[in-house]
Amino acid sequence: MSEVVLESVSKRFGDTLALADVSMVVPDGAFVVLLGPTGAGKTTTLRLIAGLDRPDTGNIVIAGQSVLDYTPAQRDVAMVFQQYSLYPHLTVRENLAFPLKSPLLNTPADEVERKVRAVAETLRIPHKLDNKATELSGGEMQRVSIGRALVRQPQIYLMDEPLSSLDAKLRAELRVELKHIQANLGATMLYVTHDQIEAMTMATHIGVLEEGRLVQFGAPRDVYENPVSTYVATRLGQPRINLLPADLFPGAPSGAETIGLRPEHIVQGEGQPATVLRVEHLGDQTRLHLRFGGHEVVTTTEVHSHHAQGDEISIRPQSALYFDAAGTCMTTGA
Amino acid sequence: MSYSITDPSPRQKWFAGTLVILYALITLMPLVWILMTGFKTPPDSISYPPKVIFQPSLEGYVNLFTTRTRVSPDDLAALPPPANFAEEIVRNRDMVIVGPSKFGERFMNSVIIGFGSTFLSIFLGTLAAYAFSRYKIPLKDDLLFFILSTRMMPPIAVAIPIFLMYRTLGLSDTHLGMILLYTAVNISLAVWLLKGFIDEIPREYEEAALIDGYTRFQAFYKVVLPQAATGIASTAIFCLIFAWNEYAFAVLLTSGTAQTAPPFIPTIIGVGGLDWPAVAAGATIFLLPVMVFTILLRKHLLRGITFGAVRK
Repeated sequence: MSEVVLESVSKRFGDTLALADVSMVVPDGAFVVLLGPTGAGKTTTLRLIAGLDRPDTGNIVIAGQSVLDYTPAQRDVAMVFQQYSLYPHLTVRENLAFPLKSPLLNTPADEVERKVRAVAETLRIPHKLDNKATELSGGEMQRVSIGRALVRQPQIYLMDEPLSSLDAKLRAELRVELKHIQANLGATMLYVTHDQIEAMTMATHIGVLEEGRLVQFGAPRDVYENPVSTYVATRLGQPRINLLPADLFPGAPSGAETIGLRPEHIVQGEGQPATVLRVEHLGDQTRLHLRFGGHEVVTTTEVHSHHAQGDEISIRPQSALYFDAAGTCMTTGA
Repeated sequence: MSYSITDPSPRQKWFAGTLVILYALITLMPLVWILMTGFKTPPDSISYPPKVIFQPSLEGYVNLFTTRTRVSPDDLAALPPPANFAEEIVRNRDMVIVGPSKFGERFMNSVIIGFGSTFLSIFLGTLAAYAFSRYKIPLKDDLLFFILSTRMMPPIAVAIPIFLMYRTLGLSDTHLGMILLYTAVNISLAVWLLKGFIDEIPREYEEAALIDGYTRFQAFYKVVLPQAATGIASTAIFCLIFAWNEYAFAVLLTSGTAQTAPPFIPTIIGVGGLDWPAVAAGATIFLLPVMVFTILLRKHLLRGITFGAVRK
C-alpha cells in the first residue's frame, strides 16, 4: 500500500471543466472519502488515478513515482465501478479470479482458489461461485465487483459508490466489513459516496469537491465542525444544517450574512419563539420542523418528545456557524 | 380455458402455427423439388406431368461425380461384371466410367474460398469495427460512409476493371484472388454489423480489465470478443452465404484451378443431353455446408438479429 498524491490536476471534457487544479494527498493506509453532488468530479478523480483518463495538466504520484505515463495495469490499482461491471460471460469464480490470473500477477492456481474462496466468504457469496455473473441479483453483483478488487493487494483501492445498490442491512454489514478489511490490510482507499453515514464512519479523511475544485480536505469531525463554506456545511449532517439570515438572532458578528445551525446548535426552551410545524418520529431520533421568523428550521429533540403540531417553543443558537455574503465561513460564533 | 393476457390464446397459437407451416411449405417447395430430382432418373426428371412418386435412383449422383463414355453394346458385353453399383447404373445407359468428374475439386474450391473469405472478413471486420467503436479516429464518420458506399452499386458493375486488374496482377483463377475479392465485398457489411454489436458492449468491461492488469489487446480478446460472439456468428453467416452463392464473378474470373461450384454445376447439363438429376444432385450437395453452418450457429443468429432490441 502506498501514498497517492495529486498535484494541481486539471481535466476538461469538451467545454466542461471536470477537475480544476486539484491537489490532494491520500496518505498511506488512509481511508479517504470524496463527497460532492453528481458532476463535482468525484468519479473523474478516480478515473485519473486509475489511468483510464489522462489529466490535462498536473501530476499523479503513486508510491513516490509519477504514473502519468503508466498504463492502468502498470499503476497497480484496483477499482470498483459504480455500475458493477462484472464480465457477463464468466462465472462468479472466474470473475473473482480474473485479476489474479492477469499476466501481471500470474498467480498459481491453488493460490487463486484460496484467495477467491476467502473473498467469497467475506462477502457471503461462496454458494454463488459457480453461477454465471448474469444470474445474480443486483446486490450480489455489486459484492462480486467489490470482491474482484479485494482479491488483490494493490497500491490503492478506488471505490465508486460501491454500496449504493445494496439494501440497508447489507450495506451496514459491508460498511463495517470494508472498514475492517481496510484497517487490517493497512490498505489505502479512495472512496466516493453520497452516503454521509459511510463518510463519517469509515473515513480517516474527507475531501469535499465542488464543481471540480477540492474545497476542503480534513478529518471527518473537522469537516463537520469547521466547514469552510455553506456548501461544505450542507454536505454533512442529518438533518441538514439550517441556513438562515444572520440577523434573525442577536449577536451576529459584523459582516455575517448567514447563520448555520445544526441541531446541536439549537438550544430549546429559551430565546425566541417558534411554532412546531411537524413532528417526525424516526425511532432513534425525533425531528422537529419549526416555523421561525418566516423560515423553516429542522432540528432534533428527545426521542419521546410530546411536542405536537402548533405548539410554541423557544429556541436560541449556541456555538453557531456564521458565513459571509460569499458563503465563506467566518469564525464560529459565541 | 384460462390464459394470461401476455400468453397467446389457443386459437391465436393455432392460427400462428398454421401460418408458419404454410410459409414453410412455400419456401421449402423448391428445395424439396431439387432434393427429389436428384434421386430421379433422367427420363423421370423431365416427364410430364411431373412425377411426385417415383423409383429413387442414384444415377444423378453417379453422373455428378464421374465422367463417362459411351461404348458399343458388343464391347459392353465383353466387359467383366460391374465392380460396384455405380458401374452398374452407368452400364444400363450403355456407358462406362472413365474417371472422376471435376465436381469434388470445384466443391473444395468453394469451401476454401467461401470459408477463407468469411474468416478474413470477420478477422479484419472485427478489428476495424472495434477501432471505429472505441477510438477517436479523424474523419471517422466519413470513413464509415466510404466503407458503406462500396455497397451502393452492384459489385458486378466494376467487373471489367477488376477483370483487367486481376489479369495484370496474376490473380485471375487463383484462390487468393477470389478470397480477396469476396472479402472486399463483404468487409463493409462485416464492419457495419460488427460495429453495431461492439457499440452495445459497455466500455466499462474493458476498463475493468485494464485495471485488472490486462493490456488493451488482452482486454479485447478476453472480454470484448466473447461478448461479441453473437454478432460475429451472425455476421459470419451473412458473409459465408454471399461468398458461397456468388456466381457472376466466379464465372468471369475463374475457369479451372480456382473455379467454384456455382459456375461449375450448370456445365454438367451440357454433357450428353439434359442431365437434370446430376444438376439437382450437385445443388443438393452444394446446399449442405451453408445449411449445417447456419444450423450450428442458429442460436446466435436468432439472438443476433434481435440483439440490442431489448435492453437487458
